[in-house]
Amino acid sequence: MAKKIALLQGNEACAYGALYAGCRFFGGYPITPSTEVAEVMAKELPKNGGKFIQMEDEIAAIASVLGASLTGAKALTASSGPGISLKQELIGYACIAEIPCVIVNVMRGGPSTGMPTGPSQSDIMQARWGTHGDHAAIAVAPASCQEIFSETVRAFNLAETYRMPVQVLLDEINGHMRERIELPEPGDLEIIDRQTPPVSPDQYLPYDPSFGDIPPLAAFGSGYRFHVTGLNKAADGFPTTKAKLVDAEERRQLRKVEANRELIEKNEEHMIEDAEIVIVAIGTISRSARNAVNQLREQGMKVGLFRPITLWPFPERRIAELAGQAKAMIIPEMNLGQMILEVERIVKGACDLHGIGRVDGEPITPSQIMEKIKEVC
Amino acid sequence: MSFDYDKYLRPGKLPHIWCPGCGHGIILKGLLRAIDACELNKDNTAIVSGIGCASRLPGYVDFNTLHTAHGRAAAFATGIKMAKPEMNVLVVGGDGDGVAIGGNHFIHACRRNIDMTYVICNNFIYGMTGGQFSPCTPTGDRASTTPYGNPDPVFDISQLAIGAGATFVARSTSFHAAQIDKLIAEGIRHKGMAVIEILDDCPTTYGRRNKFRSVVDMMKRFKEQAVPVAKAEKMSKEELDSKIVTGILHREERPEYCEQYAQVVKTARSL
Amino acid sequence: MSTPRLEIIEQYCKGCSICVEFCPTNVLEMDGFLVKVVRPEACIGCMQCELRCPDFAIKVHKD
Repeated sequence: MAKKIALLQGNEACAYGALYAGCRFFGGYPITPSTEVAEVMAKELPKNGGKFIQMEDEIAAIASVLGASLTGAKALTASSGPGISLKQELIGYACIAEIPCVIVNVMRGGPSTGMPTGPSQSDIMQARWGTHGDHAAIAVAPASCQEIFSETVRAFNLAETYRMPVQVLLDEINGHMRERIELPEPGDLEIIDRQTPPVSPDQYLPYDPSFGDIPPLAAFGSGYRFHVTGLNKAADGFPTTKAKLVDAEERRQLRKVEANRELIEKNEEHMIEDAEIVIVAIGTISRSARNAVNQLREQGMKVGLFRPITLWPFPERRIAELAGQAKAMIIPEMNLGQMILEVERIVKGACDLHGIGRVDGEPITPSQIMEKIKEVC
Repeated sequence: MSFDYDKYLRPGKLPHIWCPGCGHGIILKGLLRAIDACELNKDNTAIVSGIGCASRLPGYVDFNTLHTAHGRAAAFATGIKMAKPEMNVLVVGGDGDGVAIGGNHFIHACRRNIDMTYVICNNFIYGMTGGQFSPCTPTGDRASTTPYGNPDPVFDISQLAIGAGATFVARSTSFHAAQIDKLIAEGIRHKGMAVIEILDDCPTTYGRRNKFRSVVDMMKRFKEQAVPVAKAEKMSKEELDSKIVTGILHREERPEYCEQYAQVVKTARSL
Repeated sequence: MSTPRLEIIEQYCKGCSICVEFCPTNVLEMDGFLVKVVRPEACIGCMQCELRCPDFAIKVHKD
């Protein structure tokens, strides 16, 4: 049977990906350039038994999402930089209380109100370190509309598997750009549902480490009565200040991601095998980088593209390997040098690093990347 | 007959963290009597709070309990109720949590008329952080951040709730312990947003700074100031000055939010 | 009707004295930081002490 084809905007593909993944709750607040995600969810969710609510502010939007998720619903919110700044309070809550949810950030210029209709990748570090306190983070950064669909599905899978918030980073360009996409049929993409407790309610502890690093989360209203708090807590979910217990819980939460890097990481490599110059780029800018690689290859230059699709956790092992192979790495990003800091930390001087930053509301072009490569290599 | 609170308390959690004389314990007991009177099923009931002394209440009770971030209880509770409308959703918290940092969520929960019961423990102060003034601290009173007297005007929580659209609003005090459960129970039975404001005491951080010798003195002033609604209706504005009107202040029927959304679902599916 | 029996749960009592002050028949007294039943025979079972105790520390049994 022929695949269903649709012409979808990135934001729409994101919403349809969420629905495909089984999302049944959306809590949002209008903000450019993310609003189309909410608009599709408002239209589609009531048709399939889901709920859509537009809340009074950004914080309330993610609060409603966390409340809904605690009842067992797969839940989504979408926003952009200024809204994500507000949501940081409860992204931290989702981390410590270990409540699965997906947060879409269609990045725009900043800081503050910035450039609402201008593209940006300036929330790379915010996606990792935006909320206070030590915490693990997972963020995916798709490039095309097709990939926005499938990565949104994967974001839900990761959120439910690791019992934590997962961010989908888009930007004003791939959020608003329209592309032909093949809509997956049910069963084409893997869907992971939340693990339910294998024990009876009287034996259930919401953070029981005997289940391993990722204890199953029961749903409110399912007969498992338990307590959830944003305070440091013990395995039973109740607050504690006992040094040993707090330490163990904090470390377990970081381990959820750290010990499963191989399963969470996802990268794309393009002409990397013999590359002496490796471009590291994500999302929209990886498209410019791919074009630059193709053009430079035609000119005989050994250039390749390394594209983290999972941005966080950052692909440390592979970047370190590539640093041993390459003479130089080029890091084009729509900000003034964020991802390059992470690359620098991993590469430790093993090869030259050159950043290309742009924050004027225009994307980094293939020719800009090529010029830089010719200038420094 | 002595009420069996143990039926609803999580074992091993008492004594609670509240100071000697704190009214929150009186409200907790009233809440449990109300839940009992309404025969709420524990598995099917969520109790949500924000941050502050009063917001520690859910930790003591054997329901689906959620101690959220400062001010956010009503917004989390809205998500729970929307996602699972068959659950009974109760919210508890203090004055600062509810109408300062959480003010926006509070008024919009009232506006939506979503079916939940919000018990707000108004002790006129931020107790947990050591007694800073809240939007409910009487003008002129002392708090740690109003060492020369509070210059701020006061929020009337019940009137705020009525103005914002809550369809059941009632008020009582920690002195009127036997009334607390009756009002909360009425609020639980009401379909829509019910706000029950209970004035209570923080002898530790408010009483001491404002010349109350003891919590008993504080409770006695509630006794003196309280005027039941029926009596208040016959009194002038001047006579009601510095009085506390108690009882059911407002009740109306208006479509409830989850039911309204069910209509949206019907429309969406019929197209 | 027999006289109600008062039960004090000492480990919960924080000594606020609310029950002592609002008892209409002066059944209770403070003993340092703990409440003590001093005139059990005067108890009329009005429940005011139990209702107002913030600490679950006093029960009125009317069996």
